[in-house]
Amino acid sequence: MPNDSLTAEQTRDLRALAGSIIPPSATYGVPGADDEKIFNDILNSLERDRDDICRALAQLATLAGGAFADLEPARRTEVAAMFRETGAAPLAALVRVVLLCYYRDDRVMRSLGQEPRPPFPKGHVVEQGDWSLLESVRKRPRLYRAVE
Amino acid sequence: MHDKVDVLIIGSGASGAAVAWSLADTRMRILCLEQGDWVKPTDYPSNGRDWEARLFSDFAINPNRRARPTDYPINDANSPIKVVNFNGVGGSTIMYTAHFPRLHPSDFKVRTLDGVADDWPVDYTTLEPFFAENDRMMGVSGLAGDPAYPPKQPPMPPLPLGKSGTRFGKAMNQLGWHWWPSDTTIATTDYEGRARCINLGHCTPGCAQGAKASTDITYWPHAIRAGVELRTMCRVREITVDEHGMASGVIYYDAEGNEQFQPAEVVILACNGVGTPRLMLNSVSAKFPNGIANSSGLVGKNLMFHPYALSYGYVDEPLDGNHGPPLCLWSQEFYETDQERDFVRGYTFQFGRGVGAIMEAIISSNAGRLPWGEDHHKVYRKLLNHRIGLAAICEDLPEEHNRVTLDPVLKDSSGIPAPKLDYTIGTNSAKMMAHGIARAKEVLVAAGASNICVESPILNGGWHLLGTARMGTDPDRSVVNEWGRCHDVKNLFIVDGSIWVTSGGVNPTSTIQALALYIADSIKQRLANLFD
Repeated sequence: MPNDSLTAEQTRDLRALAGSIIPPSATYGVPGADDEKIFNDILNSLERDRDDICRALAQLATLAGGAFADLEPARRTEVAAMFRETGAAPLAALVRVVLLCYYRDDRVMRSLGQEPRPPFPKGHVVEQGDWSLLESVRKRPRLYRAVE
Repeated sequence: MHDKVDVLIIGSGASGAAVAWSLADTRMRILCLEQGDWVKPTDYPSNGRDWEARLFSDFAINPNRRARPTDYPINDANSPIKVVNFNGVGGSTIMYTAHFPRLHPSDFKVRTLDGVADDWPVDYTTLEPFFAENDRMMGVSGLAGDPAYPPKQPPMPPLPLGKSGTRFGKAMNQLGWHWWPSDTTIATTDYEGRARCINLGHCTPGCAQGAKASTDITYWPHAIRAGVELRTMCRVREITVDEHGMASGVIYYDAEGNEQFQPAEVVILACNGVGTPRLMLNSVSAKFPNGIANSSGLVGKNLMFHPYALSYGYVDEPLDGNHGPPLCLWSQEFYETDQERDFVRGYTFQFGRGVGAIMEAIISSNAGRLPWGEDHHKVYRKLLNHRIGLAAICEDLPEEHNRVTLDPVLKDSSGIPAPKLDYTIGTNSAKMMAHGIARAKEVLVAAGASNICVESPILNGGWHLLGTARMGTDPDRSVVNEWGRCHDVKNLFIVDGSIWVTSGGVNPTSTIQALALYIADSIKQRLANLFD
């Protein structure tokens, strides 16, 4: 996978963590965040968060006592839970990048009943709603204070 | 050196655009310097699949996060509320929600009515024709008949209530509390070359279809056609003074970084409540060793935000999500002072329609609601498009210790000292926020919401930058007079939110622009003896 800023070990750990945060689901028919296409998007979207993510991955490696990706599944879950409690701002940045790439994937959006498209140019339809609800408000005396 | 202009405006945002347009009919030579550039509608995030993600990169609302070359850094470490702005033609109207309430008549008389702060040297009645003129120029959608305001007539009908608004309306009626469709600057009909809103829903970081009124598409085309020159990518370093202590022009850096001097007969500052005091404090001379027009010592002091107390919950049916302009209703039920409460003044509730898929995921993850692992998918599906929320936008009283100064270390890319904020939420504001949160929870329960959460104050909620060069008739207690002219420098004017005496409890753009039009009109009325 193309990436000049993370080491191979960091990249493996990030992918493993992304899959721990959002695993694939057969129930909903969606990939996990470690899916190749989504993970490539993550790697290409680090930009302003790159330093924080590197800090988070260093912290993760410390908690794991080595490569997080090499842990057995049960231990990985334990370490991920600890990391969520202690990761603070660097972890928040990492999770944000995972989420903002995951929740724009076509397969994921379709599974949520969302059209995989930008808002422009099609826009959306918003119903007018029930304007008769305002009748009781119209009858209220004025609320603003007189100043003269 | 450039040719001398009659009027030099610094900043092309809400107030700079309005004052430029109004003064254009004098046929004076008018120049506006803007540190940012034009933003093309095709550049706005809602054109692309990464539309939500760009809220965290080049269209982040916080300039420190956005960090474009046209932005300047702000040291906001000593403030629980971070500044939100945009630098470009249109200024922060590029990146606002277009919620467009006016101040109320009582907001101009807070000392007289409530014994706090100071009265303004202008009043609602004086500004009323300028409010109306600005509504026409910006294109306001709304509904006449709101009992919370003196009569007014928005030129376009209101935004749709949608599912969220209808649910809120029912809840507010159940509680017997005021609510009303918001005045907004989002076109609901075709208006002055703008197409009616098609509900892109991602309004804050710029409107790709041009339904939202930012001044680059409202005032500026008219002003430029009338002969005003708008020079972009020009970052002003300081205002210079002559031997008489009058402003003589400005020194700025052009797009190539070259230092330039622009002489002017009149200088008008329109750089917002942080940018304007920063520029004034950077304008040091023998005549003004503490910053230009700062004999009162009040330049940069009395910074007011509107602390936002946000409450939200989740209902059992899907609502509108982000499929429409984010704000469509307000409530003024708790706006005016009530002696039964433990605070003076009040707040507006603004009701949110919903958020998009990524925002929901990030906010819920940060709040610990969204689990990692197998359950992630199940929980997320109960959250997406089920959110309903409202925020109390609280009046902040002026306190001198809340201030903008110059950072001794931090500089922008041109080497100009950056602003530093020192701000704490006052006791009155804190009580008001607590009241707003308690009432908001009642609203949410009445609307059928559960899993209620609070964010107070909203961290990146410093949209409204007010009070740092206040108006007044006493030169010892104010920076500008009752028509925006600096007491100390009779050819230097300020037209942005810096001049506000108090903050009210509403989004300020409508009133900022009405004040700018009023000041421009005052200048025009006094052209023969402007410097007397």
